[in-house]
Amino acid sequence: MTLTIKEVEHVANLARLDLAEGEAERFKGQIDAILSYVEKLKQLNTDGVEPTSHAIPVNNVFREDNIMQPLGQERALANAPDKADGCFRVPKVVE
Amino acid sequence: MKLYELTIHELHEKLKNKEVSSVEATREVFSRIDAVEDKVRSFVTITRDEALKQAEDADKRIAAGDIRPLTGIPIAVKDIFCTKGIRTTCSSKILETFIPPYDSTVVAKLKEEGAVILGKTNMDEFAMGSSTETSFFGITRNPWDLARVPGGSSGGSASSVAASECIASIGTDTGGSIRQPASCCGIVGLKPTYGRVSRYGMIAFASSLDQGGPMTKDVMDASIMLQAIAGHDRMDSTSVGIAVPDYSKALSGNIKGLRIGLPKEYFIEGMDREVDESVRKAVKDMEKLGAEVVEITLPHTEYAVAVYYLVATAEASSNLARFDGAKYGYRAKNAKDLLDMYKRSRAEGFGSEVKRRIMLGTYALSSGYYDAYYLKAQKARTLIKKDFDDAFKKCDVIVTPTAPTPAFKIGEKTADPLQMYLSDIFTISVNLAGVPAISLPCGFTGSNLPIGLQIIGKGFDEETVLRAAHSYEQATEWHKKRANL
Repeated sequence: MTLTIKEVEHVANLARLDLAEGEAERFKGQIDAILSYVEKLKQLNTDGVEPTSHAIPVNNVFREDNIMQPLGQERALANAPDKADGCFRVPKVVE
Repeated sequence: MKLYELTIHELHEKLKNKEVSSVEATREVFSRIDAVEDKVRSFVTITRDEALKQAEDADKRIAAGDIRPLTGIPIAVKDIFCTKGIRTTCSSKILETFIPPYDSTVVAKLKEEGAVILGKTNMDEFAMGSSTETSFFGITRNPWDLARVPGGSSGGSASSVAASECIASIGTDTGGSIRQPASCCGIVGLKPTYGRVSRYGMIAFASSLDQGGPMTKDVMDASIMLQAIAGHDRMDSTSVGIAVPDYSKALSGNIKGLRIGLPKEYFIEGMDREVDESVRKAVKDMEKLGAEVVEITLPHTEYAVAVYYLVATAEASSNLARFDGAKYGYRAKNAKDLLDMYKRSRAEGFGSEVKRRIMLGTYALSSGYYDAYYLKAQKARTLIKKDFDDAFKKCDVIVTPTAPTPAFKIGEKTADPLQMYLSDIFTISVNLAGVPAISLPCGFTGSNLPIGLQIIGKGFDEETVLRAAHSYEQATEWHKKRANL
């Protein structure tokens, strides 16, 4: 299994990662090596085996809908890279 | 013996008997940090003023007769645990200036106990690595040999204990990140059962595998620290409500009749000779203490690394989507639109190992590949977990090496990610199965590098793991050796 440069660029776009010059080529080589290693899973018969997402059974956990102390606007914004009028400020989304 | 060399239980005795104060002990630990930190570089952030204030508070508590096992004890915390008001970076540029508005549950519990928090320890960026070389803040060195890595990802937590820059520390383990650095640095590291310790405020890497745990100078300290941090937390719906036992009662020193499983898949061709010999000798020592050795098999071991690097990266790609430069963390300058802000903030904020894993995980989850990679890996995970269920019908604990080699040289594996991944070959299955495991020292190589023994237990049976580890430890001298710095 090997990736094309185009596939690497597609995955980078899905992952919201800008690739620098030559980075697609480098990732391709490294990811190819890892994918060829994980190919060994193909030898394993998993017919009729249920997938495991957690090692312990995880079920929905419910609690009473009580009001808790919220973080508050000031503290929630304290780490904001950019803020204005009590909101997070980001580049314009809608034209 | 210097105060900074003491274990938790030794310093506790001195605090209780008023031989020393927490302020004195904390000052001594800081003078040790001042003396050796330039060589080792265990810490990303040192919180001297806050720690001395906590030590003063601890002394007041002790004077009022309210002393618990961790009251006044100087502890280092991996920089993956959120600390209110104290920068928490995950050793990443993307969180270089992040100051959490709340404490992780583990840190909150340590504070309730009256522990003194010295600072935040270095790690592989977002806990992705086995050498602490992927940290944005630079490498950490192994106190036993400064040309070697401390292991990872909890490398700074391990080196800080081995260099006596703290009395004990806290790490996290997703595929071996407590146990492998503990092995490399000659200390004790315990990964509890998945769900035993709350993950609230512990920055997520792979949510179905991550678990926090103690990194200490001996097994008794590991039991003391586990006691303090274990238990259900309403803020973590995957933490489990099973009652926390009194772990100190587990340290009986008696392993007569304990059945030790030796998995043949873990004693393989090509393993480091000195590691192999030390682990086999340790098994013999445990037999002399009355344990019985049983040969077992974990037949799907050879698939564990492949499963892990699909499951862990898939979960990571999803977890790390939150770092987008919008609400906190690094944001790229002069973005032309929102998408450009996301893509450049992430490209500039993450290091290459983190990006590689996000890419691999995104690929494994992407349309057309999900069944072949992610779903296949989850099915194989079922078989790996079943291996452990079957093995534990024949034995009480499983004993293996923690890592296939002692600490490797700085730079030795950075060019080849797959080789780096294979250094976790003996620790990864444990996370996939969710069971608890400890690493403790079982010898040294000819060039004085520590070797680790791994003892794996049944889910929520940390008591038997601690009992076996403690019995072996007390019959040997390895845990008393300290690195010369």
